[in-house]
Amino acid sequence: MPEPVRKIRVHCTVNGGPVAFEAYPMSRLLDALREELKLTGTKEGCGEGECGACAVEMNGDLVNSCLVPALHAEGANIRTIEGVARAGVLDALQQSFLEHGGAQCGICTPGMILAAVNLLERHPQPTELQIREGLAGNLCRCTGYIKIFESVLDAYRKQGLPR
Amino acid sequence: MKESVIGKSILRKEGRGKVTGSACYIDDLNFPEMLYGTTVRSPLARGRIRAIHFDEGIPWDQFTIVTAKDIPGQNYVALIVNDQPCLADRVVNHAEEAVVLLAHPDKYLLEEARRNVGIEIDPLPAIFTIEDSLAKKEIIWGEDNIFKCYEVNKGDVDSAWAGAAFVVEGEYETGAQEQLYIEPQGVIARAGPSEGITVWGSLQCPYYVHKALTPIFGLPKDRVRVIQTETGGGFGGKEEYPSMIAAHAGLLAWKSGKPVKMIYDRAEDMVATTKRHPSRTRHRTALRRDGKFLAMDIDLTMDGGAYETLSPVVLSRGTIHAAGPYHCPNVRIRSRAVATNVPPHGAFRGFGAPQSVFALERHLDRVAAAVGLAPDELRRRNFIHEGQTLAVSQVVREKVDMDRLLDRAFEASSYHQKRERFERENPHSTVKKGIGFAAFLHGAGFTGSGEEYLASEAIVEATPEGMVRVLAGSTEMGQGANTVFTQVAAETLGIDCGQIEILRPDTAYVPNSGPTVASRTTMIVGGLVESAARQLQEALIHSGLLKQGYDSEGFADACRQYIAEFGPLTSLVKYKQPADIHWDDQRYQGDAYGAYGWAVYLAEVSVDTRTAEVRVDHFTAVQEVGTIVNPTLAAGQVEGGVAQGIGFAVYENVVWKDGRMINGQMTNYIMPTSMDVPPIRVIFEEVPYGRGPRGAKGIGELPLDGTAPAVANAIAHATGVDIRRIPVLPEALIEAMEAGDLAHA
Repeated sequence: MPEPVRKIRVHCTVNGGPVAFEAYPMSRLLDALREELKLTGTKEGCGEGECGACAVEMNGDLVNSCLVPALHAEGANIRTIEGVARAGVLDALQQSFLEHGGAQCGICTPGMILAAVNLLERHPQPTELQIREGLAGNLCRCTGYIKIFESVLDAYRKQGLPR
Repeated sequence: MKESVIGKSILRKEGRGKVTGSACYIDDLNFPEMLYGTTVRSPLARGRIRAIHFDEGIPWDQFTIVTAKDIPGQNYVALIVNDQPCLADRVVNHAEEAVVLLAHPDKYLLEEARRNVGIEIDPLPAIFTIEDSLAKKEIIWGEDNIFKCYEVNKGDVDSAWAGAAFVVEGEYETGAQEQLYIEPQGVIARAGPSEGITVWGSLQCPYYVHKALTPIFGLPKDRVRVIQTETGGGFGGKEEYPSMIAAHAGLLAWKSGKPVKMIYDRAEDMVATTKRHPSRTRHRTALRRDGKFLAMDIDLTMDGGAYETLSPVVLSRGTIHAAGPYHCPNVRIRSRAVATNVPPHGAFRGFGAPQSVFALERHLDRVAAAVGLAPDELRRRNFIHEGQTLAVSQVVREKVDMDRLLDRAFEASSYHQKRERFERENPHSTVKKGIGFAAFLHGAGFTGSGEEYLASEAIVEATPEGMVRVLAGSTEMGQGANTVFTQVAAETLGIDCGQIEILRPDTAYVPNSGPTVASRTTMIVGGLVESAARQLQEALIHSGLLKQGYDSEGFADACRQYIAEFGPLTSLVKYKQPADIHWDDQRYQGDAYGAYGWAVYLAEVSVDTRTAEVRVDHFTAVQEVGTIVNPTLAAGQVEGGVAQGIGFAVYENVVWKDGRMINGQMTNYIMPTSMDVPPIRVIFEEVPYGRGPRGAKGIGELPLDGTAPAVANAIAHATGVDIRRIPVLPEALIEAMEAGDLAHA
C-alpha cells in the first residue's frame, strides 16, 4: 500500500463564484469538478486528453480537465458548461447547437461548446479553417462535425459583434 | 387544417439538457453507500485457469469479490445461443475475458487492488485469423469453429461460366472497427434476493439486458428492471455488451448488498468490448459481352471472435447485402462466421453490410475495367428495377431508380468533368486526385421473419394533464428517436409537438418495442406509435369528447375529460407482419426486408504520393429513404455515418497482438477529427414508403455501407493502386505505389 497522501484545500473561481474543495494534489481537476463541486456537465471520454469531452476554460484557456492536477486550480478562474447559459437563458452557441443539430448524443457537447466559446473569444469572426482547428481537440462520433461547424457559424453571425 | 410537422426540423426533444450539461448520463448518477466495481480480466487468449491469487498488501476484507461460483443462477449471457459465460470458469477463450469482479467504496484503492489480483492460466494454443479457424488449426468452438453458415442460391451459377464473355475474380478484406462512442460503457446496479435487480445504464436495448439478467440471477421477470439513462452514443456497441457489464455490476451489488457503479475507462472499453467483424470476401463474376451480369459467386467469411453472440445475424445481413442493388440471373452467396480467440465481435452500425458492400463495390470497379466499361456504365447496365429480383429472390415492389440517384450524385459533384480533369492533371502532380463512388442498398428493420418474431409493442396514452405520452422500449442515443416519435405522434393526432412526452425507457413501464438497432426505430416502432396514436384519437372521437376540427387545446380538454369520466386512456399496438411479406428461413429466400434504402455515395480524394496520406476532399451522399421526418436529424445521421465510414476506410486500424488489441487508446486508434471530414453534400430523393409512418423508411445504418467503397474506389482512381483491403493505411499504400501500378494495397 502506498503512503496515504493528504488532501489539500483548493480555492478558485468557478462560473463566476468563489468555491473551495478538498482534493489530493495530483487528483484531476475533472474529478474535483464532477465529484466535489457536483458539476457533472463536464464529461470524461478518454482520460488522456484526446477527446476533449472534459474541456473547460481555465484563465481564459481551453484545457482538458482530465490532464490538469486539481492543485493547479488554486486561484484560477474556471468556466464549465454550467456557466455558459446565464440565468437560464441559453448562450447563442447553445441555441445554435440546438437549432442546427450540433448535438446528437450530447456527450461531447459540453466540451465542444466550451471549445466553441473559447474559439469565438479568440476569433470573433472565424474562418472555416479556424473553426475546424479550434475544435480539433474535441472528438464527436455522431455528427461528422458538419452540423457543429454550422452551429458555430450561425452563432457568430447572429451575435454579429465580438463577444 | 394544422400545418404538418413532418419534414420540419423540430428541435431535438432532449436537446436543451444536452447543450446545458444538465442531461444525466450514467456516470452523473450516484447513490448513497454506492460502491465502485471493476473487472479483472484474462491476460491470455486461451487456457485453463489454474489459480487466482490475491497479493498481499491490499485489505481484501474490505472488498466484495465475485467469481463464477458466486453467480446465483446460470453462468451465461443470454443472446442467440447461451455459449458466452458471464464470468470465465475454469477456461478462458479470449484475452480480456472477465474472471474476477471487485467492488470497493474508494475507486483509487479499487484500481490498486485490481492490479494485485493474479490469474494463473495454463495456456492452450489459440487461433487469431479466419484462415487458421477455417483450417481448423485448433478447434475452439463446437465441432468445426463455425458459428453459422448460409447459402443463398438463385438460378444456376455453375452452368453460367461456360457462356461468359468475361469472368472477373477478386478477394477483399475489411478490418475490425471500434464503435468509439464518446461515453464509455457504464451501469449502476442495485440487487438483492428480496428486491430483485435494478440496473441503470448507458444502453441501446433495455429488454436485451432484461433477458440476460433474468437467468443469471434466477429471478422471475418482474423482479428484473432495466432503466436507460441518457446514452452518449451506441452505434451497435451498446446493443449486446451492456448485458455483460450489467450482470457484472449486478453480481457485485447482489453480494455486497450495496449499489455498485461500474464505468469502463477508455482503454478497457476499447480492448474488452465488441467491434465490427473483420471480413474476407471472394467474388467471381461472369458477364456477357455487353457487360450484363451472368453470374455472381460470392464467398463471405466473418471473424466472430470467441463466442457466437450476434454473429449469425451480422452474417445474415452481410450475406443478403453482398450482391447489392443489381439484377443478376444467377447468384450464389456462401457465407460463414468463424470462431477465433479474440473478444467477440458484435453489432456496429451497418451490421455486416459495410463489409460485403465494400467488397462488392470495390470489385465492380475492377470488373468495369476488365470489361472495358466506365464504372458507372457497368452499374447502369445492371441496376435492379421494379419487378426484378434481388439475390435472395425478393421481388422489388418499391419504386427504385438507381440511375436517378447516380445522376444526382454525378451532377452535384461534377463527376465526369472532375474525373477527366484529375486524369489529365495527375501525371504532373505529386498530389494525385481521384473520384469514386459506390451504389448500394440497405434493408431496414430485422431480417426476414425477425420483425414477426419480435412482435414489438408501443403505447400512446393520454395524461390527466391533457398531454400525450409515448411509451416505447426504443432508446434515444443521439439518433433522434425522441424527436421522431414526437413528430409522428403530433402529426397523427394533429396537435403541437410540445404536447407530446416521451417516457424514458424503463422496463417497469415501457413495453418491449424490440431492440434499438437495424434502422428499425423510425420505420417499425414509429409505425406502431402512429397506429397507437390513431387508435387513441379514435377512442376520443368515439367517446364524443373530441369534436371535428379540434385544435391542440381542444384535444387536451378531451383527454382530461375522458380520463375524468372513464379512467385511463391507453392505446397499445403490437406489430403485425403484413400478409404479403414472406421469408423462407431454410432456403434463405424471400422478402428479406420490408423496405430498402437506396443510395449512391461519391468521394473525392487527394493522395500525397510523398507521404501516402489520403484526404477526402469532398463527399456526396444521395439516398432514397422514404419521407424525411426531420431534415436536420436525417442529415445528421448521414453526415455522422459518412465520417465513421471515412474512418473505416482510411484511419481506423485495430492492431492485434496475440489476440489483444494493443492500440486501445484514442491516441493511437485514430478516428476522424474536425480536420479530417470533408464538406458533405447530403441529398434526399424522397419517395414515400407506403408502410412507413408518414412514408418514412430506416436511415441510421445505410451511410456506413457505401462510404468506405466510395473512398477506396477514389483512392484507386487517384493512384492506380488496386485497393483490396481497408483501412487503407499510408504504410500499405506507399508500398503499393512504390511497387508500381496495380500492386495490391
